[in-house]
Parts: sequence; C-alpha cells; structure tokens
Amino acid sequence: MIEAILNYEFLQNAFLSGMIIGVIAPLLGVFIVVRRMSLIADALSHVTLAGIAGSLYLSQTVTTLAYLNPIYFGIIASVGGSVLIERLRSLYKHYEDLAIPIIMSGGIGLSAIFISLASGFSTDLMSYLFGSVSAVSKQDLWVIILIAIIVIVFLFMFFKEMFVLSFDEEYAKASGLPARKIHLLFMLVVALVIAASMRIVGILLVSSMITLPVAAAMRLSKSFKQTILFSILFGEASVIIGLVSAFYLNLAPGGTIVVTSIIILFLVIIIKKLVLKIKVERG
Amino acid sequence: MSKPLIELKNVSFQYENTHALNNISFKVDEGDFLAIIGPNGSGKSTLLKLILGLEKPTAGEIKLFGLASNQFRDRELIGYVSQKSNAFNSAFPATVEEVVKSGLVKKLGFFKQIPKDASKKAEEVLKAVGLENLAKRNIGQLSGGQQQRVFIARALIAEPKVLILDEPTVGIDHENVQSFYDMLARLNREQNQTIILVTHDVDTVSNRISHVACLNQTIHFHGYKEEFDTISQDQIDALYGHAVRKVH
Repeated sequence: MIEAILNYEFLQNAFLSGMIIGVIAPLLGVFIVVRRMSLIADALSHVTLAGIAGSLYLSQTVTTLAYLNPIYFGIIASVGGSVLIERLRSLYKHYEDLAIPIIMSGGIGLSAIFISLASGFSTDLMSYLFGSVSAVSKQDLWVIILIAIIVIVFLFMFFKEMFVLSFDEEYAKASGLPARKIHLLFMLVVALVIAASMRIVGILLVSSMITLPVAAAMRLSKSFKQTILFSILFGEASVIIGLVSAFYLNLAPGGTIVVTSIIILFLVIIIKKLVLKIKVERG
Repeated sequence: MSKPLIELKNVSFQYENTHALNNISFKVDEGDFLAIIGPNGSGKSTLLKLILGLEKPTAGEIKLFGLASNQFRDRELIGYVSQKSNAFNSAFPATVEEVVKSGLVKKLGFFKQIPKDASKKAEEVLKAVGLENLAKRNIGQLSGGQQQRVFIARALIAEPKVLILDEPTVGIDHENVQSFYDMLARLNREQNQTIILVTHDVDTVSNRISHVACLNQTIHFHGYKEEFDTISQDQIDALYGHAVRKVH
C-alpha cells in the first residue's frame, strides 16, 4: 500500500485530501453537532450537488468551460446555499427547520434537471456522489488545502467565541459578542468544508464525516477539548481504514469511510456500556 | 469621593407606546449590594438591559464608570448572570472549568487564546462560589443551583467591577436559595464586590444587602437598607398598589 502511495500521484492526492478532511470535518462538526445543526450540513451537501451537476453540464455544452473543475461551482453553490438557509431561517423565525427541506429539495431538484439535460457523465457523477480514490486531482488537493487553512484561521480567531455562542447564545449576546456575524462566518466555513469533503466521501455522505465521529466522541469525552480530540481521532481512523479498503476492494470510498465510522460508533457505544456494567458490578 | 460606578439620571424607556420605565434616577457606588425589587412587569429586566447597553433609553442619561453609556467600551467591567439558568445547552459536552474560563471571552478579544494561568483563576472563582470540587465535572451533571453558581464564577473570572444578577434563584430549591445569597453576601463583604441583584425574594435577601430600590415603572424608594426597614408595610403596599411582603 505504502509503495503504491509513493508511486501513484492519484493515491497521494486521495490520501492527503482524506487526512485533511479527517481533521477539518470533525473539527467543525463538533460545533455543528452541539448547535444542533447536523441537518443543515446535509441540506448544503445537496445544494453542492446542484453546483457540481450544473458545472458538469456546462463543461459539456460550453466548449470554453470544457476543462472547468466542478469543485468551484460546488463551492459557489454551497456558499450560496448557506446564505440562503440563513435568510430563510430569519424569515421563518418560529419554524427555522423549514429552511432545511426547502434548500435540500431545491438542491436535488436543480441537480435532477442538470443531470437529465446532460448525458453521459454518469461515471463522473458517481465519483462526486460517493467519493473516489482515483479522481482527486492535484488542483482538488490545493483547493482542499486552502479550505483547511481558512478553517484553521477561523477557529484560531473565534474558537472561544464559538464555544460561548454554542453553549449559551443569550450570554454571548449579553457580553456584546457579534453573535450574528460570527454565526454567518461559521456557516460560510461549513459550506466550504462540505464542498471540500465531497471529493473523498461524496456529496451524499459528506454530513457523515461531520457528524459520526462527533457522535462517537461525545459518548466518551468528559470535556469539550476531549470531544474535539476524539472526533478528529475517529475521523482520521475512518478515512484511513475507509480509503485503504476502498483501494483494495475497488469500492467507492464514501461507502467504506461511512461504514467504518458507523462501526467505530457502535464499538464505542458497546464498549462504554460494558465498562459501565463492570463498574456497577464491582460497586 | 470616587465616581459612582453606575449612575442613571431621569432615564425613561418606552416600548410600543407604553412607558416601560419612567424617570428613573439612582446610582451605585463601589462596594454597594443593591437589591432591585418589584412585582412582575415592573420593568426590572428592562432596567438591567439598559444598564447592560442591550437597549437604549428613550430619555435621560446612563453613566457607566463616569462615561456616557454609548461611549463606554469596557463591557467586561460589568458581569452579568441571567435569569434563565436553563437557556444554555445543558447537554453540551464541557466541564465546569471550561465553562468558567469562557467568561474571559470578551476581556481577551478576538485572536487571543485563553491563557494557561486561566485554570488557576478558574479554581479561585470556583472556590469563591463554593464549587472548587466540581471543576472537572460535566456542566450538565450539576443541579440548577450549582449551575447558577458556575455562571457567577464565569462572570467573576473576568474580574468585573459590578456583578449584575437577574433573578438568579428562579428554579432553585428553597434551602439552596439561602446559601446562594450567603455566598453573594460573602463576595460583597470579603472582596468588596459591587452587586446589583434583581429579585423577588425580598424577605430572604433583606439582611444581606446594603441598598434597596423598589421599582414599579419608576423608582418608588431608593436608599439604605436601614431606611427601607423603617418604612411600614402599609406604605410599601401603597407604593406598589398591592401587597409586597416585607420581612426583616
């Protein structure tokens, strides 16, 4: 395997991208989960699909755009979607979750139109839907690195603000934090991470990278710091095991990564239950 | 004579054509322990919002640390503990210590990380509120009264000059209310902490405070606790238009 990675550039791209996503997706995921926004990540991934499908269609029909990397349109759609979700959430103040089905169905609807308009990009599309070990280009890797830098800078600047905002929004506002502005920035960064993650895990499974490692970490951790550390650890483990098995078994990495995350989650739940039982029995 | 920390001069606040607050004047000096008492709808929470700068007065002037409220920038000098102890996310995976340290957020500003010595400071303020043994506990495992103490510690870690509490004992069982107020009185006495407390518990709090303000749209009485004690029950009932229990 290591020899293969050293020899093939496409494998290097896939593994490097995967390792980066394994850190940034669960890192932001902790804030998404504790703020009960997991479904928003799902809605955004479906909007991203519309951007990808639109871009693939354009590259077929407009010759000057033939070599356009769909990730850019994916990013634009995801960021646009996050802005729209926020607009809808403030419009339907008492029914904030309505924004999610509106944006999600809008995203899938647009994707369906672009997919049926175009013909013959089913292989490409499959790699965007479920991820791919072989399709990650050097350009994709650079975009993912750039997005990772943005995430790190954002959290470096606003980590404690995000903590306060997630824990107690009223207190955040009373202490004079620009809660709304920080939240909007956070949504934009989430949109970027979703667009970045889709290359590896696929659009349909992006939200799993954001939520599953966090769900497992929350069963074990006693503090916020631990939650973050465990989330990244589980995220990385899922990506590495998932990518290696996808490569050897010739499977879509989205599937293997998500199944690995779910196995980790179940193992954590079972082991914790057993440990508690033993503790109770010993008194 | 040093400047008062908080000074309100003829402050009024109107909300949707009804006078929520009318012509309020009072001041708070360093070391005061002021209880603002008044019935529901008397404008107590609105008054706090004005002091915190979350609302602007429609008339009058608010001075904080000698500066006009709109020029006052050092908001971290005023610590605030809100009424709704259940407004926070109780399933949040954080320790008591992490929550307390987050009280430094405004003082530090953006970019700056929470410093290493914050743990020691967190330990000190947790001791001040009597929770030094619970630092590593998950915040969700604490009782309502303990959580409210954690929020006071979160306010204290930023070393506020004034601590404002909005009905902090709502939802705390009776025995714990007593020790909660004892803890506040100790902070006031031993650390000269200036405290403004909005409360219903006139009888419980009355032997621990230095000043009283009776509020019902306007200030009906403001002065030393000793003066308040000389007012008869009938006079208080007349001020409010209905019975407010006064026990001392």
